Amino acid sequence: MAGLELLSDQGYRVDGRRAGELRKIQARMGVFAQADGSAYIEQGNTKALAVVYGPHEIRGSRARALPDRALVNCQYSSATFSTGERKRRPHGDRKSCEMGLQLRQTFEAAILTQLHPRSQIDIYVQVSRQQLSAWGGRGMGWGLGVRGQEPDTLMPLVGACWTPGYPCGTSCAWWPQLALALLPASGQLALLEMDARLHEDHLEQVLEAAARAARDVHTLLDRVVRQHVREASILLGD
Amino acid sequence: MASVALSEAEKVYIVHGVQEDLRVDGRGCEDYRCVEVETDVVSNTSGSARVKLGHTDILVGVKAEMGTPKLEKPNEGYLEFFVDCSANATPEFEGRGGDDLGTEIANTLYRIFNNKSSVDLKSLCISPREHCWILYVDVLLLECGGNLFDTISIAVKAALFNTRIPRVRVLEDEEGSKDIELSDDPYDCIRLSVENVPCIVTLCKIGYRHVVDATLQEEACSLASLLVSVTSKGVVTCMRKVGKGSLDPESIFEMMETGKRVGKVLHASLQSILHKEESLGPKRQKVGFLG
Repeated sequence: MAGLELLSDQGYRVDGRRAGELRKIQARMGVFAQADGSAYIEQGNTKALAVVYGPHEIRGSRARALPDRALVNCQYSSATFSTGERKRRPHGDRKSCEMGLQLRQTFEAAILTQLHPRSQIDIYVQVSRQQLSAWGGRGMGWGLGVRGQEPDTLMPLVGACWTPGYPCGTSCAWWPQLALALLPASGQLALLEMDARLHEDHLEQVLEAAARAARDVHTLLDRVVRQHVREASILLGD
Repeated sequence: MASVALSEAEKVYIVHGVQEDLRVDGRGCEDYRCVEVETDVVSNTSGSARVKLGHTDILVGVKAEMGTPKLEKPNEGYLEFFVDCSANATPEFEGRGGDDLGTEIANTLYRIFNNKSSVDLKSLCISPREHCWILYVDVLLLECGGNLFDTISIAVKAALFNTRIPRVRVLEDEEGSKDIELSDDPYDCIRLSVENVPCIVTLCKIGYRHVVDATLQEEACSLASLLVSVTSKGVVTCMRKVGKGSLDPESIFEMMETGKRVGKVLHASLQSILHKEESLGPKRQKVGFLG
């Protein structure tokens, strides 16, 4: 499509970043005292909050309880003022439901659910500001939130959901986007999603770029988690 | 509403403490918890505010959009309220669980703003009968630690204070067709006067006395509450009784007087904080959820 180029001739994006560079990420854990685990993440202009409740008894019908593992329940919601144009419904629309299902799939792979049979873990993500694709912010927010709750029952936290080569501030309806979630220790993929046409020769490159970025994000988040645990243990007087 | 289960002994303890004007956290009956207010936290809105009162956390975003005025008020703009009870606060709000509470709060906000003096709606008019500004006030309830209505009204007032509506001019050419022109300067905007915007003071009846700013535990001990919406001058714009119990008519007058007294003090401190924050200018360090 003529017109807007993703990368300039010198290899820079609209905001001056190179293709493999991420925006500035800032994160904090333990934002809410009443929830079992909570985290806040900012990646550029995308801001997301994640909250975890559980593991607790199944709410609603007991028939949904799984005898050998925990049930993971996710909801994704974005504030009505989060996008440029005001959204009418914060959650319940098709996109939010789909996002919730993808979250669930990712975290069922990451969490050691066998340790909590017949119980339920609720993960709620609230996006307060998004600049078009809020994939990365959401993935990381969840990773942190779940980690904050019970570190020993989780596998190493999910790296990131990342879309490669995605310039912020521009619409990308015609560029293929790939989102993946990586479990950093094993290098295995928990989520892989793409809904566009991409030649299979390019697939390997794209996957590698995404995995590299996911590992970078993991390093950052790992630092935040360690800092938080250090502070918590100081407060406890260990 | 998010609630906490208390044993009888705990309830008796709270009630006896309130009789002696001493609450569980050491406050008196008319003291508020520490309130943290920060404006301009969401960047793509016309105005926003975040208020944290104890464990209650509210985020309000105001978006100004152009639309047509209502038929019965062609010279005025208007406000639309929407309250989203996020599942972050409690798992009971997942899906449609928070809709009831959200509608109740939104209706209360409509009622307290339903008078001529709260917000100058004529300043929101661009051209009569054709264009006006509609302010969409969206409230996001993130954490519920008691005393929702007060916190929401403080957040709405702070967000309206922070709202900047771009200045527009209506250009009319020879054929009579109108064109709306936005000002070139991005900092040229109209600010709303929030002098008369009311704040809600919730008074919970516990035993024979009433308390201001109840925590979740205190709300569990209270059978009935009175919501009083007070402006900075002490004018009451709306009053509502909530709860499943009943109130003695004489205690209603007492509670209203307390509400007016407490409301005036609340307004004075909120105004001073908002002005202090504004005086720090655009270079102020924004904390948001990271602090």
